[in-house]
Amino acid sequence: MLHLKHISLGYKIPLRVAVLVIVTASVLAPVLVYRSIGNLRDNMIGNADSLGHVIADTLIEPILHEDVWRAFEIINIPFSLPQDQNRNQGAEYILVLDAENKVFVSTQPQRFPILTDPTTIEPGLLPIVANPPELHAPAPVIIETRQLSSFYLATAIQSDGVRLGTLIVSYSKEPFEKRFYSLTQSAILITLLVLAVLLPLGVYWAKKMAAPLLQLSESMNRITPNIPEPTEIELEESNDEIGQLAKSFKTMLAELKGKEQLQQQIIVSDRLAAIGRLTAGVAHEINNPLGGMLNAISTYKRHGVQDPLTLKTLSILERGLQQIKETVAALLVETKSQTRPFDLNDVTDICTLVQADLSGKQVSFTCDIDIVNTQPVSSTLVRQIIINLLLNAIHATQWQGCVHLHIWRDSSYLFIEVLNDCSYIPKEKISYLFEPFTSLNQSGNGLGLWVIYQIVQQLGGVITVQSEPDETRFIIQLPLQETHE
Amino acid sequence: MRSLLPSMKLVRLFIPLCLLLSLSANSTATERTAPSTPLPLRIGLTPVFLDDQSAFLNKWRDYLQHKLARPVIFVQRGSYREIVDLLRDDKLEFAWLCGYPYIRNKNHFLLVAVPLYHDEPLYHSYLIVPATDIKTSSLDNLRGKVFAFSDPDSNSGYLYTAYLLAKQGVVPATYFSKSFYTWSHRKVVEAVAAGLAQGGSVDGYVWDTLSKIHPELTSRTRVVTESPKFGFPPIVASRSVSKHDIATMQQVLTQMANNKEGAYLLHQFNLNGFVSGNPHLFDSISDMYHFVDKKRANAAP
Repeated sequence: MLHLKHISLGYKIPLRVAVLVIVTASVLAPVLVYRSIGNLRDNMIGNADSLGHVIADTLIEPILHEDVWRAFEIINIPFSLPQDQNRNQGAEYILVLDAENKVFVSTQPQRFPILTDPTTIEPGLLPIVANPPELHAPAPVIIETRQLSSFYLATAIQSDGVRLGTLIVSYSKEPFEKRFYSLTQSAILITLLVLAVLLPLGVYWAKKMAAPLLQLSESMNRITPNIPEPTEIELEESNDEIGQLAKSFKTMLAELKGKEQLQQQIIVSDRLAAIGRLTAGVAHEINNPLGGMLNAISTYKRHGVQDPLTLKTLSILERGLQQIKETVAALLVETKSQTRPFDLNDVTDICTLVQADLSGKQVSFTCDIDIVNTQPVSSTLVRQIIINLLLNAIHATQWQGCVHLHIWRDSSYLFIEVLNDCSYIPKEKISYLFEPFTSLNQSGNGLGLWVIYQIVQQLGGVITVQSEPDETRFIIQLPLQETHE
Repeated sequence: MRSLLPSMKLVRLFIPLCLLLSLSANSTATERTAPSTPLPLRIGLTPVFLDDQSAFLNKWRDYLQHKLARPVIFVQRGSYREIVDLLRDDKLEFAWLCGYPYIRNKNHFLLVAVPLYHDEPLYHSYLIVPATDIKTSSLDNLRGKVFAFSDPDSNSGYLYTAYLLAKQGVVPATYFSKSFYTWSHRKVVEAVAAGLAQGGSVDGYVWDTLSKIHPELTSRTRVVTESPKFGFPPIVASRSVSKHDIATMQQVLTQMANNKEGAYLLHQFNLNGFVSGNPHLFDSISDMYHFVDKKRANAAP
């Protein structure tokens, strides 16, 4: 079963507003109808009361003189007025009873013949006959029951404190019922009109109110499995509580994202550090016997038997070992060597060195050097970094592509930026980019970036990669070693 | 205006005032003594005809004024008795009343003219019942019912019915469960038509005339029986009226049928004319009156 609390706010709020509007309208309409009918009835009773008193006073003499005809003429006056016939509230008939409660005269003589007992004709009159109105009653006696189709107003006719008879004015309920139906009809119509206006308006407002909550809820659902970029989250900005909530949510999301990135970086650098330690260990372990082996071959070549076959074999061994040595040397990045600081001449050298590769691919190369004098960083290492990055960039860019080098510094860091167009490093590869033997091209040995990473790490710098479909950018940030001289 | 001028002296103000006063005194004196304006004739009317048509009555009064060459005042009252009393007290010169009060005051009144209805100075009394009552065939069926009379001094509207009952040895007050007066023949028709009374005595001429003007009213009633013919309600004069005036009035009334204007008025009355009439016309009414009176006297202890 669908419980209300499980329904979405998107339906629940408009639903509640709609219910509220409908309940208000359906309570107001009957109240108004009831009030109108009440007013109508009070009006009619007021009119009937004054009419009754006037007629009762006028009837005193005809009753005293037993002048039936004059009494008949008097009670017929209200019925002969043309405007009364048009009025809905006109009396149905007037009945005059004598002191013995027999019919003295009535406006419907055929229905109530003179001297008959009115209760045999209209049993509804029994309460009046049984309990006639008091002589000086301020208000008329009103007899009204659900069973009767009419209600009666009774006024005493008295002269000098003696009861002469009773005046009964009968009102049909039909005009009331008609009026009631027409009032009800118009009330329903107005209610429906009001509903037709208020309901869509209410639902619209309610939906508008629910919308930010729904947005927020949907955005929260998107946190798992991957935290979305803050730009991907669309939340209405406002200063109300929901707006504040949205703002807090965005802040939280940004923090979560930052934390996730940090975690990712830590994982990557931890892995690279572990690989670095392993490689360095293995390289050292290889280097020691390797040096021995190379020495042994060299000694044997110099002092051993000069057998051509042996020499040839040794030569193969030596070349193989030499290759191992080079690879191991590449893996073992040594930054300890003290060299001169980096200056503008190094930049010129680098440009010259990469010239061959640039012209080979007709790449347009631009430099933006924002340093003027020597920088307190190792020129050898920086040159190695720049050359490696430039060669990678030239290699990555297309035929007649663009490569750009930008070097600048702030108070404590030297920044080197190399960018090339038209190459894209997929996101999943970036995490493994700086691991050895992760080559993006077929010709390289996959150690270029590893070496750069090791150098930057050892210099205490940071390397970042930003790769977009039409541009890849490497930024290296190296701390400047302030000289103590 | 002169008196407002501040320079006026008292004497000069006094003279014109005196002149003015003496002039006005003279004029009133001449008016009083002028023989040219005759005293108006006062004619009492009763509902023996449809006396509730004021516009028509004005036309008839204008006609009479013209023919009599003197002012005429119509006097109407609520009952026959009031007109009879006024006539006896010389507050009226003439009156149009029923034959019944005429024969009772024969010593005081002089017969002037009797209208002609259907070329006879006679009319009937009708016994009417509501049109819904198809059973009633005579007064006998109305015992214990509610009955409407027009006036206790009316022949057709009371005396004839009282006479019929007196012949049976009963009086209206006990024969009917209730009887009442409407003080007009027309209202008897209305009372019976409305069902207020189950029967009524009405002037046959009035009923017939009403059936022409207001058939919707008379159609709601049914004539059960017609009485024998009686002398039509006459126009009578007080004995104090001069013979000349009576003769002039008689002349004017009997000549009405002979001129266009008078004929038109008679047509409106639903009458053929007036004749001088014979007092013996009303002998039958007189007989009935004496019969009823004797019965009543006998009944009284």
